[in-house]
Amino acid sequence: MQWNSAAEFFAMGGYGVYVWGSFGMTVLVFVAEVWLIRRRRAAALQAIRDARLDDAGAR
Amino acid sequence: MNNRVANWFRFASPQNFYPLAGRLWPLFAMLGTVLAGIGLWMSFFVAPTDAQQGEGYRIIFVHVPVSWMSMIIYLVMAAWAGLGLIFNTRLSGMMATALAPTGALCAFLSLWTGALWGKPMWGTWWVWDARLTSELILLFLYLGFMALQAAIDDPRRADKAGAVLALVGVINVPIIYFSVQWWNTLHQGASVSLTRSPSMATTMLWGMLIMSIAIWMYTIAVALARVRCIILERERHADWVRHAVE
Repeated sequence: MQWNSAAEFFAMGGYGVYVWGSFGMTVLVFVAEVWLIRRRRAAALQAIRDARLDDAGAR
Repeated sequence: MNNRVANWFRFASPQNFYPLAGRLWPLFAMLGTVLAGIGLWMSFFVAPTDAQQGEGYRIIFVHVPVSWMSMIIYLVMAAWAGLGLIFNTRLSGMMATALAPTGALCAFLSLWTGALWGKPMWGTWWVWDARLTSELILLFLYLGFMALQAAIDDPRRADKAGAVLALVGVINVPIIYFSVQWWNTLHQGASVSLTRSPSMATTMLWGMLIMSIAIWMYTIAVALARVRCIILERERHADWVRHAVE
């Protein structure tokens, strides 16, 4: 282990902005992608339910 | 047709693939999460400080996996697109469509993490050299594929048009990969190659490989989850979809 303190860990030897900017953006992008897919699925399911209700109403 | 081949074709139908994808994606998501945990731990606590770049080199543990993935996803996407053109199966086009956004995000992350690595090490966020420019073209190919498909109303025609674009764009992938050998560039050569032993510490290499497999698992999970959405959207008028939704 090369870190003596949490501050040293977050400083990344002076490269903190670059290292955490890289890892942070990656996490952000993947979390956003998962969230968008969940939303897309919910919307698709809702559209199917709506269509079924319309059919039932028309009958 | 023998039974094994028949089984493969059975899953080429969206109706059969939908539940299979639903069972598979949580498995890949779980594998990806566990591997990412191990990979991150190795990236920050096991891999030693680099002699030349200090702690700044740790960007490698995300930069190299997303860059590899951006190229691999493109090849897989083009392969699905090509299969769709040849066999005219609906699922192939859906798989290609499901992979494109994740590929675009990986290409974006490759450029983003590369810029954040280039600034402290080269003194610039960006240069118009062969490696960086061809990776940017890869991002544009993904975006072009998505825009083209979105512009065509009939999904089967959108699949065909997208497939042609995806297949033509394949030429860019070897250009990215070999760009550091073919042209003079700021970008360093490959640290890992199939023909030489790797030019880096073993723990660094393992961290990078585990992170790569983690992103691979993530990509499979996300593509399967997204293709389920696409199946629901495109087949919403089919009886089986209506029965599948309670």
